Amino acid sequence: MSVATQAGPATARSRPAVRRRPSRRRRLIGLAFAAPAIAYLAVFQMFPMLYGLYLSFTSYSPLDRGAPRFVGLGNYAALAGSAEFLQSVGVTVQFVAEVLPFAVGIALGLALLANRRVRGIGLWRAGLFLPRIVPLTAVSLVWLWLYSPDGWFNSLLADAGLRPHTWLLDEDTALHAVAVMRVWKALGGNMVLFLAGLQAIPKTLYEAAALDGAGAWARFRHVTLPGLRPVMVYVITVNIVYLAQSFAEIFILTGGGPLGSTTTTNFLIYQQAFQNNQFGSASAMAFVLFALIFAFSFVAMRGMGRRS
Amino acid sequence: MRRPGALVALATATILVLMPFWWMVSMAFKPEAEVFTQEPRLLPAQPTLGNFSVALDDGNLGRAMLNFAIVALIVVVANCVFALLAGYAFAKLPFPGGGAVFLAIVSTTMVPVAVTLIPLFLITKGIPLAGGNDLLGQGGSGLLDTLAGLTLPHLIGPLNVFLARQFFLGLADELGEAGRVDGAGELTVFWRIYLPLAKPLVATVAVFAFTAVWDDFLWPLVVTGSAETQTVQLALSRFLTGGNVAYGPAMAGSVLVILPILAVFLFNQRSFIAGLSEGGVKG
Repeated sequence: MSVATQAGPATARSRPAVRRRPSRRRRLIGLAFAAPAIAYLAVFQMFPMLYGLYLSFTSYSPLDRGAPRFVGLGNYAALAGSAEFLQSVGVTVQFVAEVLPFAVGIALGLALLANRRVRGIGLWRAGLFLPRIVPLTAVSLVWLWLYSPDGWFNSLLADAGLRPHTWLLDEDTALHAVAVMRVWKALGGNMVLFLAGLQAIPKTLYEAAALDGAGAWARFRHVTLPGLRPVMVYVITVNIVYLAQSFAEIFILTGGGPLGSTTTTNFLIYQQAFQNNQFGSASAMAFVLFALIFAFSFVAMRGMGRRS
Repeated sequence: MRRPGALVALATATILVLMPFWWMVSMAFKPEAEVFTQEPRLLPAQPTLGNFSVALDDGNLGRAMLNFAIVALIVVVANCVFALLAGYAFAKLPFPGGGAVFLAIVSTTMVPVAVTLIPLFLITKGIPLAGGNDLLGQGGSGLLDTLAGLTLPHLIGPLNVFLARQFFLGLADELGEAGRVDGAGELTVFWRIYLPLAKPLVATVAVFAFTAVWDDFLWPLVVTGSAETQTVQLALSRFLTGGNVAYGPAMAGSVLVILPILAVFLFNQRSFIAGLSEGGVKG
């Protein structure tokens, strides 16, 4: 029996097998390629999560010489009865609920406008996108002036014969004022996501709808909106996750005031941890916030999935 | 455009969106007397460059921009190297347990910053042999108030590992097999065959890594304190002290900070926007 006849069928049969089950050497190389990322994420992502969970069951101040003291569910129980914390949760929910519809709805409108073949459309898009690439601290400083007694908004009011208003210093308007700024900041990023979604909808669907005599509204309702559903789910979820963690704009515009009316949970966590040195209690707040964000984005995703 | 109404709407929306920037630039050139007035004017009556020199001298903004550039460069390079290598391994060089590890990595993208903030602060403070620490990470300040400390939470983004894996899954296995038949080692297969095809991925990961540092305010606020280590986000917030704002220098500083990224953005608008929307289409 010659070697050649034996080798022929054997290699033919083993080829797909090789691809499915790579050699030991190749698996080791794969592990080596991934090892730095795995090690890093284990130390700087996964371990901090577990460590934070542990801290949330302790009383711990970084100024103490001692180690964290285990207090069981004590922090969580205290949060349930803390007016300050419950107010911050209310503020966070209200803030997300105020910003989300406008940040998504207006962005969708802008995307529809910007999704046209016009000369210079790139410049319009760039202009609308600009707030996205500017640091939140920088834009917050401008808006701080816009809302100030000498600012643009109050000068417009004066021109209209109305009395000026200290938007950020009034308990009733401060959160709305921050929300307006945040809508403005979020529009560009959301618009770009919607634009990508619009451009992914096949042109043939519109042509078919037009042939069936569908008007502009019918085409929007039955082609555009269903085609945008995956992007819509993504945009809403990402916005919830980001908005529920608002911090920099609060820090600059209001410092959490007046009377805690703009103290979001994330801002309270910062104060509790790095101004009051209560790491245990702040960690417990962080996990409650985590649960809230998870629940809200879950509900949003499920809700969007069902509405079909 | 057939209907002029749409163009008018587009122009109105753009002008409204850009108004705050108009005021930012205008105020950057206004002397102090013009900033604090009841009737703000769209253009400065007596333009001055004084605010810019105040921002650069008192605000130490030049140093802050340099600091930011260093931190951003480290983070972008680390992500482009390690997130790509890991994503490639998960897609093309599967190893036992890799699937579970990948799922664990992806699941961490949902975790809010607040959850890991305090532990990361303690870890940064406890890095062994740094900042006067002993081998057990005790006794000193670790990497607090250092540029290295600023990079720590952003070095490898879990989302970037995810994007890299998805991208490499979309490239044919046969490309690598052909290289291996020709006797190429795994590193050569990655470097010479797959990486040249992954330029859009590199651009996306670079943009994502950059924006992660660019958008971050909380971490710099927590880990840095001195003027020597602060980055632009923090330096800008320093114009606000006890409710008083030096608006002129603050706006001049904002303009200086925005100009470089604006230039990068305008010249690479397509890849910039494509990069930022990538997650939306693929995720």
